[in-house]
Amino acid sequence: MSPPLPPRRKADPLALPRQALMPQGGRSRAALGLAAMAAQGRFALQICAACGAAQYPPRDVCHECLGTELPWRDVPTGAALLGETTVHLSGDTYFRVRTPWRTGLVALDCGPSAVAHVHPDVAPAGRARMSLRLDRSGQGVLLALPERDSPNMMDDPMIREMTCDPRGRRILVTDGRSAFGQEAARSLLAAGAAQVFLGIADGWKPFKGQDNLPGDAVQLDLTDATSVSELAAEFGGRIDIVVNTALHIRPGGPLDRRDLVSAREEMEVAYFGPLRLAQALGPTLRARAADGPYGACAWVNIHGIDALAPAPGFALTAAAQAAGLSLSQSLRTSLAPIRVLTAFVGPLEDEWHQAIPPPKVTPTALAAAIVRGLREGLEEITVGDIAMDVMRRWRDNPSTLARERAG
Amino acid sequence: MSTLAAFAADLLAGKIKVIDLTQTLSPEFPTIALPPMFGQCAPFRLEEISRYDERGPAWYWNNFSCGEHTGTHFDAPIHWVSGKDLPNNTTDTIDAQNFIAPACVIDCSVQSAENPDFILTVDVIKAWEAKHGQIPAGNWVFLRTDWSKRSGADYANVKEDGAHTPGPDPDAVKFLVEERDVIGFGVETIGTDAGQAHGFTPPYPAHFFMHGKGRFGLQCMANLDKLPPTGALIVSPPLKIKGGSGSPLRVLALVGA
Amino acid sequence: MSRRAAYDGVVAAVPITIPYERYSIQTAHWWIGRALAETISRAGIRKRDIDGLCVSSFTLGPDTAVGLTQHLGMSPRWLDHIPMGGATGVVALRRAARAVQAGDADIVACVAGDTNGPDSFRALVAGFSRFAADATYPYGAAGPNGSFAILTDAYMRRYGATREDFGRICVAQRQNALSFPHALMKRKLTMEEYLAARMVSSPVALFDCVMPCAGAEAFLVMRDDTAASLGLASARVLSTIERHNAFPEDPIQLRGGWAQDMPELYAMAGITPAGIDLLQTYDDYPVIVMMQFEDLGFCAKGEGPDFVRSHDLTLAGDFPHNTSGGQLSVGQAGAAGGYLGMTEALRQITGAPLGPQVANARTALVSGFGMINYDRGLCSGAAILQAA
Ligand SMILES: [Zn+2]
Repeated sequence: MSPPLPPRRKADPLALPRQALMPQGGRSRAALGLAAMAAQGRFALQICAACGAAQYPPRDVCHECLGTELPWRDVPTGAALLGETTVHLSGDTYFRVRTPWRTGLVALDCGPSAVAHVHPDVAPAGRARMSLRLDRSGQGVLLALPERDSPNMMDDPMIREMTCDPRGRRILVTDGRSAFGQEAARSLLAAGAAQVFLGIADGWKPFKGQDNLPGDAVQLDLTDATSVSELAAEFGGRIDIVVNTALHIRPGGPLDRRDLVSAREEMEVAYFGPLRLAQALGPTLRARAADGPYGACAWVNIHGIDALAPAPGFALTAAAQAAGLSLSQSLRTSLAPIRVLTAFVGPLEDEWHQAIPPPKVTPTALAAAIVRGLREGLEEITVGDIAMDVMRRWRDNPSTLARERAG
Repeated sequence: MSTLAAFAADLLAGKIKVIDLTQTLSPEFPTIALPPMFGQCAPFRLEEISRYDERGPAWYWNNFSCGEHTGTHFDAPIHWVSGKDLPNNTTDTIDAQNFIAPACVIDCSVQSAENPDFILTVDVIKAWEAKHGQIPAGNWVFLRTDWSKRSGADYANVKEDGAHTPGPDPDAVKFLVEERDVIGFGVETIGTDAGQAHGFTPPYPAHFFMHGKGRFGLQCMANLDKLPPTGALIVSPPLKIKGGSGSPLRVLALVGA
Repeated sequence: MSRRAAYDGVVAAVPITIPYERYSIQTAHWWIGRALAETISRAGIRKRDIDGLCVSSFTLGPDTAVGLTQHLGMSPRWLDHIPMGGATGVVALRRAARAVQAGDADIVACVAGDTNGPDSFRALVAGFSRFAADATYPYGAAGPNGSFAILTDAYMRRYGATREDFGRICVAQRQNALSFPHALMKRKLTMEEYLAARMVSSPVALFDCVMPCAGAEAFLVMRDDTAASLGLASARVLSTIERHNAFPEDPIQLRGGWAQDMPELYAMAGITPAGIDLLQTYDDYPVIVMMQFEDLGFCAKGEGPDFVRSHDLTLAGDFPHNTSGGQLSVGQAGAAGGYLGMTEALRQITGAPLGPQVANARTALVSGFGMINYDRGLCSGAAILQAA
């Protein structure tokens, strides 16, 4: 069994930290599908629409029947480990400082053989449970896990490279004024976070929960450049995960208002704010991304599902959410190897969605989903029945979704 | 020697002191908190353009943004619906002669310390006049509460039922405008009106009556405790914003040494 | 059984090895050019007498054999470029032999050469193939070391081979290399040293791996009367086989394409494995050598370990194998590694070895294996040659 996570050690102030290098990230277009599936925590491969043969490595033409329609479908996770190696010597700059590294060839129950990262708790020549993970380059890779969870399974350095477990990490939650921000901080602490910095804007303005705040309150207003840079200067070197809980959702379509005041506020919170924070914290986070098992690892942005297509009544918010989503996608490249987790959320159970019928997402549910997403190392989660419904429709046909949402 | 030359000589000789009545414009300074369905006054924001770097090697400068009513600011008559049709009611059209005027300072700091909802009444004004003489026409009346010595949440003092800060009642404002012909009303708090003035009749009487009669407001001032009850000369020109309803400004008081 | 035409009247001659260098500042063009110049000089012909050219190289890019004709000032009427790694020597011989036999060319120069810089090998491995870049290199980036380690591990589990069994192959080849003038590894290797070597990618250790280097190899293919008129010692081509992506249904590679085509190889040559005087296998890792012993019929599947325990694989032994020392001791000069066995076999059976002569060597089997496109080597081939 793999040993438990060693306690966090103080960094040697005189040592140059391990550089945040990445495993090779170049992939064929077909293989990018692995990342898309891993991002959602799915174990899916290309399945030939004509003959049903599973394909691996990803390709453009079926190896059985030469069919060219190869949609991604969930497949059974079972596999048998056929042969393995523990790499001690690698010419690659990322792996050579992470050896020994166990990989092997598995026979997937769905057919193909596949080279995979192999968790130490998988028995030699034994059965394994496959998962698709994102590696530090953000690409989808196969990881063979023991058939049943083993003690300390998630503590193994290999899987820590592929996940963003809050345990032992120091986390900034940007908006502690909201019930969601407070709930996120509470859930992260419950998940073993070493420390949660809870950002409070406009401290002079009273807010619910202010007398019972989880974590350590810090002054932070994402709409204020000075506040953001002061926070980065003071705490930047101590933040391993950023959970941007700032959400500013207001009803109204383009012609419902006579000015841009509110639209601009929405942009400030959904787009400029995270951009400011990324500019201020990003370089430090990246530099600390290889800092051992507790290195900086993740950035979480919350987007209303309206980012995919505006819902009637919330069109301006949707525009700001779309801008924020676009930023999240760019940050994936800019912040790498820091993982960017986008959480799509449906209508929240809050005062701004009184006119929206249930089901709505409670702060607790959203916070729990984020903790789960970090633990699994996901890049995309969709929270709430409405968000899932919209996401399914978007995957099916984005153009249709835009029209059906328009009502 | 002309009056002005004598004044200038006194100023240079230090016989006239200049007191700054302005709060520092900073992002964290509270702005008025209206219910969320209303439009909100933007807080002060500063974005660096360059700081001796690749964006501008030898110079430092910023862009800033804020509302017309952010920080220590001036209220023009057009700010309130009651003053919307008056002539010369905007920051660019108000006669500049108005921007320098004497002030009477009514010290209610003790009462305000005891009661954040302290209300300035005609009686209080008359009691002040009994000591310092009648308020002359064309004067500012400043309500000293020492509120500017507070900061953050204490300063805004917002509770579940709104802000709790001192201010005048409707009769007091009417009295100052109609009986004393003041040029305007100035305070240390956010708003010339009391924190709970939304419940007065009419709501926000300082805004309603002052601006309705073409008078001005000064808010979020500091250092009123350094002013004499009478005799200070106030310099308070707002930015010349076209059609502006007010503006952040530097408020200076000239007092005899 | 076979409807294939024999290679009557076709011979291979003038085996050339340009001595390898660990690192070279020269290009593949330079190495190939040197090999061609040496070939022409040794054959006593002019450059324009070569009317067929067959090229293999990993480091010639962006050029191919086409660009090389202009670079070298040649105007061949038959041209081929074979990207098959360790199978290129055998496949080049096959292609060239048929061209000569059909009269498409009179003298075909088969040449393979590569250069090697300090980061060449890693770069080659990182971008070796689409499947490798997508689905192998990101898993520890151990390159062929990792791939063969996995196969070795599976082979050991399946057939009970031990590291010592693989060591026998490596130690014997090092013994051969000690008398091969161009071998880069010239120090005697003991079994103790082999077993104690640093683990590279378990169970593959240091002496299981080839050393990438720069070098070039070449030989000529022509009609037997041409060779006779030039006074060149030569070897006849008795038979050849070639197979790609054999046994795709095998979940892991424990056999190569030879297993599929072995009957035809011997039938066409009209001999049995007992008739082979010396064997040159493709040896980038000892596990694949062991599989070739099995799949080429020298022992049954799974008996490779027993086979190496019961045979002396050195030059002077009862089973002379990789008599130059093979890539494991001479070095792996890129695509030229796929020629090393061919040129060495030609030298031995034409009586012109660079080191000691294998006694009574008339008939040689050369086998090739190449291209770990993903989880296994895809190309396999073999040829049986006999002194003319
Ligand atoms: Zn198919």
